[in-house]
Amino acid sequence: MKFIPNTTIKQTMLNEIGFHTIDELFTDIPKKIRAKPLNLPKGLTQQQTEQKLRILAKKNQSYYDLPNFLGGGTKPHYVPAAVNSIISRSEFYTAYTPYQPEASQGFLQAMFEYQSIIAELTGMDIANASLYDGVTALGEAALMCTRINKRKTFLIPENISWEKKSVLKNYTLGAGLIIKEIPYDKKTGKLNIDILKKTIDEDTTGVYLENPNFFGIFEDDVQTIHALIQQKGSLFVVGIDPFSLGIIKNPGEYGADIILGEGRSLGTNLEFGGPGLGLFACKTEYLRQLPGRIIGLTKDTEGKQAFCMTLQTREQHIRRARATSNICTNEGLIALAALVHLSWLGSNGLEELSRINFQRGQSLAKEITSIKGFKTVFSGNFFNEFVIRYKGDTNTLHKKALQKGVQIGLSITKWFPALNQCLLFGVTELHTDEQIQHLLTVLREVA
Amino acid sequence: MYRCAIYDEPLLNELECCIPQEKKKPVAELPTTLQRTTPLHIPNLEEIQVVRHFLRLSQMNYGIDTGMYPLGSCTMKYNPKICEDISRWESFAAVHPNQDESTVQGSLQIMYELEQMLCEITGMNTFTLQPAAGAQGEFTGLLLTRAYHHFNGQNHRTDVILPDTAHGTNPASATMAGYTVTEIPSTQEGTVDLSVLEKTLSEKTACFMLTNPNTLGIFESDICEIQKLVHNAGSLLYYDGANMNAIMGKARPGDMGFDIVHINLHKTFSTPHGGGGPGAGPVGVTKKLERFLPVPRVIHSKNNYALDYNYMDSIGKIKGFYGNFSVLLKAYIYILMMGQDGLTEASEIAVLNANYMKKKLVDSKKYDLPYKEHRTHEFVLSCERLHQEKGIRALDVAKRLLDYGLHPPTIYFPMIVKEALMIEPTESESKTSLDNYIDALLKIADEDVQTVLNAPTNTKVRRLDEALAVKNPTFTWKMKQNTFTTEEKQTCCESAGRHH
Ligand SMILES: Cc1ncc(COP(=O)(O)O)c(C=O)c1O
Repeated sequence: MKFIPNTTIKQTMLNEIGFHTIDELFTDIPKKIRAKPLNLPKGLTQQQTEQKLRILAKKNQSYYDLPNFLGGGTKPHYVPAAVNSIISRSEFYTAYTPYQPEASQGFLQAMFEYQSIIAELTGMDIANASLYDGVTALGEAALMCTRINKRKTFLIPENISWEKKSVLKNYTLGAGLIIKEIPYDKKTGKLNIDILKKTIDEDTTGVYLENPNFFGIFEDDVQTIHALIQQKGSLFVVGIDPFSLGIIKNPGEYGADIILGEGRSLGTNLEFGGPGLGLFACKTEYLRQLPGRIIGLTKDTEGKQAFCMTLQTREQHIRRARATSNICTNEGLIALAALVHLSWLGSNGLEELSRINFQRGQSLAKEITSIKGFKTVFSGNFFNEFVIRYKGDTNTLHKKALQKGVQIGLSITKWFPALNQCLLFGVTELHTDEQIQHLLTVLREVA
Repeated sequence: MYRCAIYDEPLLNELECCIPQEKKKPVAELPTTLQRTTPLHIPNLEEIQVVRHFLRLSQMNYGIDTGMYPLGSCTMKYNPKICEDISRWESFAAVHPNQDESTVQGSLQIMYELEQMLCEITGMNTFTLQPAAGAQGEFTGLLLTRAYHHFNGQNHRTDVILPDTAHGTNPASATMAGYTVTEIPSTQEGTVDLSVLEKTLSEKTACFMLTNPNTLGIFESDICEIQKLVHNAGSLLYYDGANMNAIMGKARPGDMGFDIVHINLHKTFSTPHGGGGPGAGPVGVTKKLERFLPVPRVIHSKNNYALDYNYMDSIGKIKGFYGNFSVLLKAYIYILMMGQDGLTEASEIAVLNANYMKKKLVDSKKYDLPYKEHRTHEFVLSCERLHQEKGIRALDVAKRLLDYGLHPPTIYFPMIVKEALMIEPTESESKTSLDNYIDALLKIADEDVQTVLNAPTNTKVRRLDEALAVKNPTFTWKMKQNTFTTEEKQTCCESAGRHH
């Protein structure tokens, strides 16, 4: 089965339109570049394909074979069955971007609701209908800042993931932005506010703060940071973890102008890191500079409520070289999954989930540091990730733990040489007590 | 005939909340400056309410599984169910990107083999699977262009040239990468004008971006000459692979002389569009550009697959992790099933289906085909004649198609065709479904003008007031409540006769 219904009647169709052979349809391709038959195997049946994939699947270990306690922003979370049931509706997943709103009211309404719920969660006025992931969202945010205030320096914490730094550099190369890093306080693990004070100036287009930050630590001096940013007339960009927002203030409350984050774990599995979901929200006053699609509410000719893509004059298909971003295809279905997950949770569920994640983080850190040879590194309060220094070689520790069926925290020494022998652990509501006990037993045995 | 379900489905926040919001004390262990003090307003609903709500929304949405969806340039082909199934297996879905490499050998092997397959299909030397979509593939390609010219001491190459038929993401990506964009007009035939290209190319040109077949569905037969001109000027040649579905097994961008290629797995390789994403836009390059590719790269030695970050001249990263893995997996499964024979056949029938539709529609003399006669997997008709004679525009035809239960083609693109209908049936459609679509288009051309201008009437909503959406910007349910109250207030003021 090749999914090509007209194979058997192609000759009739050719004749009907005045051709004799298929080759005649391809005469516009100059002879000297016509391809030889592709050097690929012949097609497999579905059943054969499935068999082949089963063999490949055996070469992977899923979270359920190998529980992992990796920090660094990507963690396993529970996905309720309702989410998969909804995103498996093929009216949703086999649709294109809703260019014909009359035929796509379902998806459009869902995206309107997604925007509403992300705005509510972050405390912003508006949200777009998604960007590729939380990493590229930072690049887009920096570009948006410079479009708004025409300044050229963007400040970031030293302790964000190396991926974000690399992507940010690539995204801002064209606009000629200068990226400066603000170090973290070696004791608390929080942003070093003194250095921020000395660095920020009239050319600072925006300041990025992650909360909780890459070390899992809450940045609680947000008022001071906001005041500094406001004084210089720069923009305040905040990176969030949606799972923390049930219990902590939304950044809108402490003065953020633009909010971004990775939303994959709302309703989507780990997927080996992709697709992601770039959460992106801001104040209304920056609307015209917003990257990506946005869905608006309107009426049809009979006055009925209806939804459509709007403010498209910002976008590439109209504005072309002067668009606010090149993004076209976004992460629609992943945004839908996040929406379904959040509606399934409700405020009550999200708050509960935030608490569990917080408490899990606190108790796992306590348990690990009660084992000889493991110490916390920073004094700051943290959410569900934390940095641990191990007295011995972390690589050996990792290898031994792996043999015993557990993936320990992420080694971060190569990006932060001062944090030698340090591991970034993460834990969520998904980890069972047995998995946690197993981790602790292994650490005890191995260390 | 298909007709979508019609519900007056309230917004999620307007559903009846059966579960009271719990009042909880703030978490005492948290720093006081960060404790949440204001309640979160996400409705607390029962699962059945959530499921019914979204199920109803899905029934008011059109997908390929609903019916023909011939959006030009988008390659809306059938998405095999087995790809969805396998991509949900835990062994693929519940895998962490930072797990030890020895525990993700299956995923790495799939990525490695997919790269090899794409190299063979396109004739390129090496692929990266990292870009999240076509536009990001373009952006990656242009960053590679920058790195390449920089490496060769050619920093003065600041311009990108593209034809006026180019997709909007091409110029937008070029600007993002810091280039100045020049668009050149196409010939009477709808193809690249060699003499204009030659005049425009200079020592400042970094790259010429081309879609082949182009967005009119015309194969650029002068590609060998174009290639020579571009390379003689010291520029690179970029291939927008959105139209790869026209040439699989027939011609390869690598053999045409392209240096950088992106392809959209969510078009040619059948991964679903998800109502707007996720997609994947892998980028392939020739040997001379390989050193600049993003990291990590998947390498293979003796039965072992690994992620390699050790490339000094790499541009680094363009998104998180390694690409949209679940999308890559679906494309891999699709290619395995199609094989060499199936992929070639897909292109053959995609081109046959398009030419079949084109011939029938053009012969009817109701629609015109500007530019060259010969087309590949898609064709762009003009409704200009209908517009002149009856005042019916491409938009009206599109809306009327909705009444026939059919998804309209892409309209008003490429911009050089007046009243454009850009039709790409793909190989997935049967002759009956093509005939049915042709019939609808022919009928519409003969219909009473008012009926067409009034369309659609068979949909959940009638035509939208898109200007109102701009004038009265409402993007969230909170804004909806505010707009409503100000409107209400205004009416009160007006009735009291107190205008400001
Ligand atoms: C010709 C062409 N180029 C580029 C793109 C952009 O691809 P994507 O939407 O995956 O970013 C598209 C599709 O929208 C296209 O049709």
